[in-house]
Amino acid sequence: MHVVSRRTFLETSAAIGGGLLLGFRLPPLEPDDLFAPNAFVRIDHDGRVTLVMHKVEMGQGTYTSMPMLLAEELEVDLSQVHLEHAPPDDKLYADPLFGVQQTGASTSVRGNWDPLRRAGATARTLLVAAAAQTWKVEPGSCRAARGEVIHGPTGRSLGYGALVAKAATLPAPRNVTLKAPKDFRLIGTPAKRLDAPAKVNGTAQYGIDVQIPGMKVATVAACPVFGGRLASVDDTKARAIAGVHQLVRLEDAVAVVADHMWAAQRGLAALDIKWDEGPNAKLSTADIVQQLAAASQKSGVVARDDGDVADAMASAGQTLEAVYEVPFLAHATMEPANCTVHVRPDACDIWVGTQVPTFAQTAAATLTGLPRSRVRVHNHLLGGGFGRRLEVDFIIQAVRIAQQVASPVKVVWTREEDIQHDMYRPYYYDRIAAGLDARGRPVAWSHRIAGSSIEARWTSELFPKNLRVIRAGGVHRLRAMIKRLDLDAVEGAAEPPYSLPSIRVEYVRQEPLGIPTAFWRGVGPTHNIFVVESFIDELAAAAKQDPFEYRRALLDQSPRAGAVLELAAAQGDWGKPLPRGSGRGISLLHAFGSYIAQVAEVSVSKQGEVRVHRVVCAVDCGIIVNPDTVRAQMESGIIFGITAALFGEITIKGGRVEQSNFNNYRMLRINETPTIDVHLVKSMEAPGGIGEPGTSAVMPAVTNAIFAATGRRIRKLPVKPDQLRSA
Amino acid sequence: MVTVRVNGQAHTVDVPPDMPLLWVLRDVIGLTGTKFGCGIALCGACTVHLDGQPIRSCVTPVAAATEKSITTIEAIGETAAGRNVQQAWLDLDVVQCGYCQSGQIMAAAALLARKPHPTDADIDAGMAGNICRCGTYPRIRAAIKQAALSKGA
Repeated sequence: MHVVSRRTFLETSAAIGGGLLLGFRLPPLEPDDLFAPNAFVRIDHDGRVTLVMHKVEMGQGTYTSMPMLLAEELEVDLSQVHLEHAPPDDKLYADPLFGVQQTGASTSVRGNWDPLRRAGATARTLLVAAAAQTWKVEPGSCRAARGEVIHGPTGRSLGYGALVAKAATLPAPRNVTLKAPKDFRLIGTPAKRLDAPAKVNGTAQYGIDVQIPGMKVATVAACPVFGGRLASVDDTKARAIAGVHQLVRLEDAVAVVADHMWAAQRGLAALDIKWDEGPNAKLSTADIVQQLAAASQKSGVVARDDGDVADAMASAGQTLEAVYEVPFLAHATMEPANCTVHVRPDACDIWVGTQVPTFAQTAAATLTGLPRSRVRVHNHLLGGGFGRRLEVDFIIQAVRIAQQVASPVKVVWTREEDIQHDMYRPYYYDRIAAGLDARGRPVAWSHRIAGSSIEARWTSELFPKNLRVIRAGGVHRLRAMIKRLDLDAVEGAAEPPYSLPSIRVEYVRQEPLGIPTAFWRGVGPTHNIFVVESFIDELAAAAKQDPFEYRRALLDQSPRAGAVLELAAAQGDWGKPLPRGSGRGISLLHAFGSYIAQVAEVSVSKQGEVRVHRVVCAVDCGIIVNPDTVRAQMESGIIFGITAALFGEITIKGGRVEQSNFNNYRMLRINETPTIDVHLVKSMEAPGGIGEPGTSAVMPAVTNAIFAATGRRIRKLPVKPDQLRSA
Repeated sequence: MVTVRVNGQAHTVDVPPDMPLLWVLRDVIGLTGTKFGCGIALCGACTVHLDGQPIRSCVTPVAAATEKSITTIEAIGETAAGRNVQQAWLDLDVVQCGYCQSGQIMAAAALLARKPHPTDADIDAGMAGNICRCGTYPRIRAAIKQAALSKGA
C-alpha cells in the first residue's frame, strides 16, 4: 500500500488547485525562512503573502472578504495574497464571537473586522521598521504601498520579500494604528472573487474530489428509521459484484467499500439488510406537531418581559391571536455529505469540507484513541454549507468505517441518504397574540416559541469545559445558559425593531423525539422573522392600515430599520396598482447586526400556484467590505428562502423521512426565479452579517404578498397551492 | 474493457458497460470537475457534452458513449462558446459555492452553441434542468446574455 507523504500531497494540491493554492500545510517547516508575525500572515523571501484562512469558503465570499481586510492594512494588492486552509487549532483560529474555530452564523466579517486588519497592520509596521533600520532613517519617513516600503525623501524602495529576514527579528509593536475608513482603498470597493477561476474550469477541490493513492470508495445506508439499528445483513450477492471489496457493519448502518462509487452503490443495493427499527418505528410528523402544540400551552423560559402584557392585553380595544408553524427542513447542499479518512495505528488523516475543523479533529481523536496532534484535518472548499457542515455526524461515521478498512476510504452519501439522514431545521410551533389600542397600535405583544434547542445540544458539548467559549459568549450568553434560554431560538423574536410598550417572549424547549436537529441558513431568525413579520401584517390588516405605513409608524426608536423599510418601499413601487391576483408584501429584519427590508411581488393563479416575480431588497449591514458579495448574498439568501417558503418540507412517516431527492424535495429553478434588485445603504456603523438574513427576510415578504393578492393569510409553511385555489 | 474519448484523449478502462459515465470520469479516469449531485438526472451537476450535446452523465451508461466524443468542464474552454461562458462567469462573478457550476457552464455552453443569441425563454428551457442551491440564477442568466455578445462566439 502506498501512503501519500505530506510533501506529495502538498505538491498535488498545488498542481490541481489552479491559481489559488488551497492546500493544507502544517506551520512553516523552516521558520527562519519566513516572516510570520502571527497565525494568519506569512511573507516569504520573494514577497509572497499567504493568508492562513481560519474561515471556510462555502459560497459566501469569505475567501475574498477576509483577504481584503488583511490586504487593506498590509498595503498589498488583493492579487498578491495567497490563501491556505488553516489547520484545526482553536487556540490560534477560534472565531472571536464563538470561541471555537467555526464558520457560521454570519460572523466572519463581524468577528474578523478588527483582528485581520490588525494582523495586516502589525506586519506592515514591522516591515516599515525593518526598512527604516536598513536605511538608517526614521520609520515615520517611510510608507508602505503595493508590497513595498518607500522612503519618502529619497524615493528609495524595498520589496517586502527583501525585508522579511530583518522584520522577523523585530519585536511586535504593542499598538498599531488602523486606517480611517476614508483612507480605505480596498474595503468598500467591489472585488472579484478569488475562488472564481478554479470554480469555472473544474479544478476547484471539494472534499468529494479528493483522490488519495490506494483509496477505496464507500457508500452507506443508515437505518432508515431514526434511532434504529442493524439487525443482520447478508452480503452474498454483493460480494459477487465486480469491484466490491468489503462490507462494513456499524451499529446503525452498513457500508460497501469498492473500487468506485458505482460498484459501491450496486453492492449496497444487493445487500439483504434487516433493521431493528427501534422505538421510533411508528413516529409521524403529526405526533411531533401534537407534542409541540401541547408544549406551547405551557409557560416557558422568559426571553423578554417589558411592561405588563396581561394588563395591557386586558385593556386593549382589540386583540388578535394566531398559531404559526414552520416545518422540518433539509439543507440539501449540492455536494452531498462525504468524508475521506485514512486510519493507521499511529495517525489519522481526514479530507473533508467542514465548518468545524477542530470538532472533526476531536471526534476522530476520541474514536481512534489517538492524540489530537496525530489527527490531521485537511479542509477543503465546501459545496454548500448552510449549517449542514457545522455537524460532524458524517465525519464520525466515516472514521468508524475507515477503522475497519486497511486503505484510505472515501465515504460518499447518495442524495437519498443525504436528504434522509440530514440533521434538520427544527419544526417550530408558535403562539402569538397582540392587543391594539384605539388607533390600532400594538400595546401588548405576547409570543411563545416551542421547538428543539440546537444550542442546548451544542452547549452540552462545549460547556462547561471550554473556557474560551464561555469568554467569547460573554455575560449575556452565560446568563441565558444558566436559565436554559436558547438565544438562537428567540433571535428575531425577542427584540423586534418596533416600539412595543408591553412585550413578553417565551421559549419552551420540546425535542422532536428521534429527529436530529441542526442550524439551517438564517438560523433562529429564519423562523422568527416569518412569524413576527406575518403577525405585524395581521395587525396592520386588523387596524385597516397599509402594512408599510403601519410598520413605519412603529419605528421611531429605530432609524436604521426605518431607513431600509422606506428604501425598499420606494424602490419596490409600494402602493402602485397591480393586476387582480397579484400583490406586494413587505418585511423588515434586524438580526446578525444588519437591517434588511424586502418587498416581494407575487401572483397567484386560479389553481393556487404562486409565482414570485420580483423582490426588492434594501440592506444596511454597516460598513461594507465587498459590495458585490453583499449583493450576491442577498440574491442567494432570497432564492434559498423562496425555495423553502414555496416547497421546503421534510415529513416523517413510520419513523423515516418521506422525501428522498430533488423530485420530492424541490428547489427553485432558473425559470421560477424572480428579478432581484438589491439596494445598499451607505453606513459607517460596525459591520453586520449578510450570509443568512436574506433568507430570513424573504419568507414573510412572500406570504404577505400572497395575503395582498388573495386575502388568505399563510400561517404554516410551506405554502400549499390547494389552500390558495380559487373557489 | 471499454474505450472512451474524453477531451480528445482515449482512455481504456476496465468497467462494466452499464456503469454511468459520471463515475468513469470521476472515479476511474480522475476527472473530478464533473460533479455528483443527485444520481437521477434531476440537478444537472454532472452535465458533460457527448458530440456537443449536453447529457446527464449520472444516468448515461458508459457503453452509450464509446463511439462518441466526450467533453468535460476541464476542456470546455477550448471551444468558443465554452471560453465565452467561462469569461462571462468571471466577469459577473457568478459562482458562490461553485459545486453546481461545472454543470451550469456545460449547459450554458451547449445552449450558446445551439442558439448564439438566446432569449429569456431559451435560457429557461436550456438551464431549468440545472439546480443551484446558492441561487446564482440571476447572474447565470445575465452571464449567458453577456457571453452571447462576446466576439468569436
